[in-house]
Amino acid sequence: MTSSAVTLPRPLPRSRQWLIDRVAPVLVVVGALLVIWYVAAMLMNATMVRDSFEREETPYGIADLIAGTLSGERPVLPAPHQIVASFVDSVVNYPPDSPRSLIYHSAVTLSATLLGFLLGSLFGIVLAVLIIHLRTLEKSLLPWIICSQMVPILAVAPIVIVVLGSIGIRGLLPKSIISAYLCFFPVAIGMVKGLTSPDPMQHDLMRTWSATRTETFWKLRWPSAVPFLFASLKVAITISLIGAIVGELPTGVQAGIGARLLAGSYYGQTVQMWAALLAASLLASNLVWLVSLTERRVARIMGVRT
Amino acid sequence: MTARWQRTIAGLAALALLAAILLPLSSDGPENRLPANSALLTLTFSAALLFLCAGWMTSPAAIGLGLAGVLLGCGEALLLLGKPGIAGQAGPAFWALVIGTWLAAGLCVTRLAAIKPTRPAARRALDLLVPLLFGAFVLYLWEVAVRGFGVPAVLMPAPSAIMARLAGSLPVLGEDFIQTFVRGVLTGYAIGCSAGLIVAILAHRFAFLGRGLLPLGNFISALPIVGIAPIMVMWFGFDWPSKAAVVAVITFFPMLVNALAGLSAAGAIERDLMRSYGSTYRQTLTRLYLPAAMPFIFNAMKINSTLALIGAIVAEFFGTPTRGMGFRISIEVARMSLDMVWAEITLAALAGMAFYGVVALVERATTFWHPSYRT
Repeated sequence: MTSSAVTLPRPLPRSRQWLIDRVAPVLVVVGALLVIWYVAAMLMNATMVRDSFEREETPYGIADLIAGTLSGERPVLPAPHQIVASFVDSVVNYPPDSPRSLIYHSAVTLSATLLGFLLGSLFGIVLAVLIIHLRTLEKSLLPWIICSQMVPILAVAPIVIVVLGSIGIRGLLPKSIISAYLCFFPVAIGMVKGLTSPDPMQHDLMRTWSATRTETFWKLRWPSAVPFLFASLKVAITISLIGAIVGELPTGVQAGIGARLLAGSYYGQTVQMWAALLAASLLASNLVWLVSLTERRVARIMGVRT
Repeated sequence: MTARWQRTIAGLAALALLAAILLPLSSDGPENRLPANSALLTLTFSAALLFLCAGWMTSPAAIGLGLAGVLLGCGEALLLLGKPGIAGQAGPAFWALVIGTWLAAGLCVTRLAAIKPTRPAARRALDLLVPLLFGAFVLYLWEVAVRGFGVPAVLMPAPSAIMARLAGSLPVLGEDFIQTFVRGVLTGYAIGCSAGLIVAILAHRFAFLGRGLLPLGNFISALPIVGIAPIMVMWFGFDWPSKAAVVAVITFFPMLVNALAGLSAAGAIERDLMRSYGSTYRQTLTRLYLPAAMPFIFNAMKINSTLALIGAIVAEFFGTPTRGMGFRISIEVARMSLDMVWAEITLAALAGMAFYGVVALVERATTFWHPSYRT
């Protein structure tokens, strides 16, 4: 039997296939969302623009109306290009230490986020190590840690800021404490899971080598907990950023993305608010990307098979 | 814990109680001492004796004796706080008593946690008892520390003061609860979860849409969505619709991502079976895809139950009518009446846990057949 009857289609090169399978759908969906956004911006801003035209008693056509909805000073929903323009303007046209620059505000929030992330993750890791070694803590403390996941912790944020402020601790630290408080939970839970993930067989093997508790910890438990650690860190860094932003709300701090949002909502500066949101999103995605980059590096150094 | 450690700690606890008898009770006048009151003196001695029992006796009943001693010690410290001249200026004897009770309580909880009962009912009861004891003792330490050191109420109110405030302002709390939870959270939660589920079903039906939406959904769930709160307040006004909108947006993406993963969880064999039955898409959806996705959907609903409450409370920081939990928290913080803030937080915590608990119960009732519950 010859193979002339069946001709299989030649498989596409891998990169082309990847483009079609992965990139194209995302691009189409993003494009559709942008179109919806523009239409929504026109519809939502139309009444306001029409009113202003009629107040000034200038004759207007459809084209004027559409142009007006997409370039208003304080639109109900700013168009994407306005947001990007405002973002670029505040990044490029002002020095990074000016309070009108988003770089300045992002840096303030970023420093609180990173400090809180560091404190919270360290605390979470230490707590997890204590919990797996002390049965009492596992029995008595762990249920409370899990319970506290169901509690809206951000509600505590104003108290922390005010109480610490009244005993003289201001600035970076209170915000970081809120971030730390938020992000130690996922790290602690993930690390308890990770440190207890080696199965009894592996523990038995360590015992046959008469390994001490410390050796078992560093050679068995810690390496097997690293993947769990990074999964938790990715969650932790995003909620650490949320904690820092929310921590800037109650006291009306002058600097930071949260303060920028609050000021925008006070003065009706919608474009400024959306630009601040864009900055927060960029910050969040870059932080997550950094953590996953570190994860890949660490995995390669530790010799994980991919 | 070795028997030796046990005895050492019990001995230290008893020693601390003896020290409490010898030292002055308040820091300003050394004449105020425990032996002046024979009833308290007996109480201290019997507590010390019970601690020693808990340390030296090996039978589990000794733990009960030790806990009785801890109860006596706690009661005595609270009694002392009620006497004039101690609250706010407690002396070394008082703290010795507290530390002794603390050591004994730690010993008892450690011994309790080390017991491994064979009957499942007993094990469950113990798993409940140990954290409850721990939580109760933390509350007691908080109370004693705040009142003993005389921490001003604007910094940290005592649990008893918070409870009194909670009981005393139930109408206000009820109004806030209805405004924030019933109107804002539940409405937004229902909208967000159902919208997420519907979009997930669409994305599952049309694979191209799914491949476009999934990376986007994953990306957006990592963003600080709470930041849209001021925009929603601008669009939908100060009252609860804006809070419901924030909650709906926050809960949408976790549901989308999880439900999409769940709908794809049905195995190839099951799909083939449905095809061999000649079932339509709608039949396959309701009989195979949705049941297979149930655990994932409930997972999203559990995640969302926490997120929803946070979203509503944070949205209220940006403007509300004169009621609501977030409004009350921010206004009472500004007025420095922290007991009301803590009462509100207690309410939020209870509401959050109850919400989560209800979702978990519904999950148990509807997906009891799933392998993850059969173990």
